[in-house]
Amino acid sequence: MIPELGHYALVLALFVALVQTVPPLVGAATRNAAWMNVAVPAAIAQMLLVLIAYGALTWAHVVSDFSVLNVVQNSHSLKPMLYKVSGVWGNHEGSMILWIVMLTVFGAAVAVFGRNLPPTLKARVLAVQGLIGIGFLLFILMTSNPFIRVIPAPLDGNDLNPLLQDPGLAFHPPFLYAGYVGFSMAFSFAVAALIEGRVDPAWARWVRPWTLAAWSTLTMGIAMGSWWAYYELGWGGWWYWDPVENASFMPWLAGTALLHSAIVVEKRDALKSWTILLSIVTFSLSLMGTFLVRSGILTSVHAFAVDPKRGIFILVLLAVATGGSLLLYSLRAPALKAGGLFAPISREGALVLNNLLLSTATATVFIGTLYPLFLDIMKLGKVSVGAPFFNATFVPVAIPVVIAMVVGPFLSWKRADLGAALTRLWVAGVAVVAAVAVTAYVQAGGGPLTALVGMALAAWAFVGSLVEFAERIRLFRVPMADSWNRAVHLPRSAWGMTIAHASIGLSILGMTGTSAWQTESITAMKPGDHTAVAGYEFRFDSVGLVDGPNFKAERGVFTVTRDGKPVATLEPERRSYSTTRMTTTESAIHTTVFSDLYVALGDPTQNGSAWIVRIYHHPLVPWIWIGGVGMMLGGLVSLTDRRFRVGAPERRRRQGKAAPLPAE
Amino acid sequence: MKRVLLATLLALSTLSPALAVQPDEMLPDPAMEARARDISQELRCLVCQNQSIDDSNAPLARDLRLLVRDRLKAGDSDDKVLAFVTDRYGDYVLLRPPFKATTLVLWLGPFAILLLGAIGTFLFLRGRRGVAAGADTAPLSADERRRLDALLRKDE
Repeated sequence: MIPELGHYALVLALFVALVQTVPPLVGAATRNAAWMNVAVPAAIAQMLLVLIAYGALTWAHVVSDFSVLNVVQNSHSLKPMLYKVSGVWGNHEGSMILWIVMLTVFGAAVAVFGRNLPPTLKARVLAVQGLIGIGFLLFILMTSNPFIRVIPAPLDGNDLNPLLQDPGLAFHPPFLYAGYVGFSMAFSFAVAALIEGRVDPAWARWVRPWTLAAWSTLTMGIAMGSWWAYYELGWGGWWYWDPVENASFMPWLAGTALLHSAIVVEKRDALKSWTILLSIVTFSLSLMGTFLVRSGILTSVHAFAVDPKRGIFILVLLAVATGGSLLLYSLRAPALKAGGLFAPISREGALVLNNLLLSTATATVFIGTLYPLFLDIMKLGKVSVGAPFFNATFVPVAIPVVIAMVVGPFLSWKRADLGAALTRLWVAGVAVVAAVAVTAYVQAGGGPLTALVGMALAAWAFVGSLVEFAERIRLFRVPMADSWNRAVHLPRSAWGMTIAHASIGLSILGMTGTSAWQTESITAMKPGDHTAVAGYEFRFDSVGLVDGPNFKAERGVFTVTRDGKPVATLEPERRSYSTTRMTTTESAIHTTVFSDLYVALGDPTQNGSAWIVRIYHHPLVPWIWIGGVGMMLGGLVSLTDRRFRVGAPERRRRQGKAAPLPAE
Repeated sequence: MKRVLLATLLALSTLSPALAVQPDEMLPDPAMEARARDISQELRCLVCQNQSIDDSNAPLARDLRLLVRDRLKAGDSDDKVLAFVTDRYGDYVLLRPPFKATTLVLWLGPFAILLLGAIGTFLFLRGRRGVAAGADTAPLSADERRRLDALLRKDE
């Protein structure tokens, strides 16, 4: 009964989405307030209905209702409760429901919190959100219905892929989807603005918080995925340039560009047309990511051709959304009046450079990911594009982004003095020299040149961002108490920028450290054996058998010592899941923040007396994710800036208080 | 989501994660082994999804790893090893695609986009500066001068 209720709620949501779309659009065109206002209750109703469907599916998973096909295929009665709940989105159908849950939650948020939006803009934004909802609800109902029953019901399920039975991966998709779908807000605002024919700083002020929220969650989602790959796949890599990773990286790059160009619209009323285009492109890339992953085209072009139903549907959806919005753009964008003027060397100019380079970076990943598919479909041959290609093409574009990122905030709006800005960055310059000197000294015995470049870049990004903050609060130029007072009263967006930019430096530090100086040992070890890695002594004590809820594991015990003093006991596992007959490695990691000691237990050797053991020393690697979390925090802090707060401008006006300090 | 797919793929290709290079494959000479590892990262495991033979534990990847090490032992240079493998398996085995007619877009595309973008940006900025300069220096017409004077007088 409950799954049928969920199914029914989905169908109902589709019709509510129609109501959310058509009357408000007509109402906005004819200035009919009653018709426009329909969008608000419709958006809330759609969210509630989709939540009911999601709840129904979750219930089926939690109580292990094996009369539902989706539960049979992805669950098992012995599966731990955490993974019964997260297993809902660990499969295709459920993940699409999660997608639309996010979409409707964002839509309802605009309906509830968007009271200060102009009525026509609000109606149109909600209508476009409704339109996206129609597309995805149709997709779920026609190709990916999770509520299909099996009769007779099997006694137990096939279990979830064991690789997904992991806390890191359990929460990775919700963050990723919140990011993907969050960019739909920028898209809806862009399309609504094109219909309105008007883009002004107020528009940017409404778009920016949504973009910030989406960007922050997407950052977190990508960081979590990378962290999961690091500890779960068992060889300590953290980014593979896999097409599936690239699918989430492209919207992130474009979204980063959007975040910055929207600042120019808000502060200077310039780059309007470009920002609208970026909003469209960013969400289109999110849709394309969904297409790439959900259509199965990446697995093989052949498999896609055999069962193209889902893929074709998303492709059509992608074509309608992207094509339609770009058509609207080409018709309406020329009418957008260009605003504030600026010289090439200015804050605006720096943000234009940021956008140029980030767009190129996005295009590089796009070509590298899609061109091989294109060649294959066109039967022009097969090429492989892997990490060596992206390292050779993406990194040269990314480096100038980081260099410019530090200089940009020192430039004033409209016209700036580059020489003066660089002079104020002398401390960062000193840091770069110091970083290079220390790196060269550390790897005097011979080390990669990339380490020098990476460390220099990390120092520049981290120290340069802090110097900018110090300049703002006039540190060491005015008494400490004054600086403190300035820091407290700086707008949150300034804090957010410093945190996010400095965090990029931290991530680069981690990436450089582990790429350049990781130590690896792959050996066959018997209990009692010793291996020395990077000055640490690893003793393999024993292997024991452990029973998990739905797996059996071999658990190794390693004692790590340094100069005879105990450091850690590491217990890596090798799990065998009985239902899926799959093996996973649960690596054991000891982190000191400055480096990770990493042990993975592999297969037993032929005669069964020894195990293949991989031991790694990864210097600085935790900083990759500390930086990732920092970037997300920067976004969230910026989001609390008072000018984004709901109704803040109006309250201020009413109370007649002085405006807060401007953000620069 | 990306990981979900990756995981599914791993399941499909019956791989358990980890454990690509095995101890018995390794060469006794650490320098030569390091070269073998570097070369392995450039070569695709042909039966896997976008994995290098260094990362994969498919049997074919193991065969290729052994082949690479055999060639190194025979005294081949790194390039010669890559050429040897490419001769047998085609360009598809290279994770860094070779520069040829069908990969022009791949290698030059990013730089072409950067160049086009830079030209576009330059034209945009120059156009804007023209507007700015015009706005700054256009002299007042006689009529505007009269109205300005009138406004200034009104203030006094």
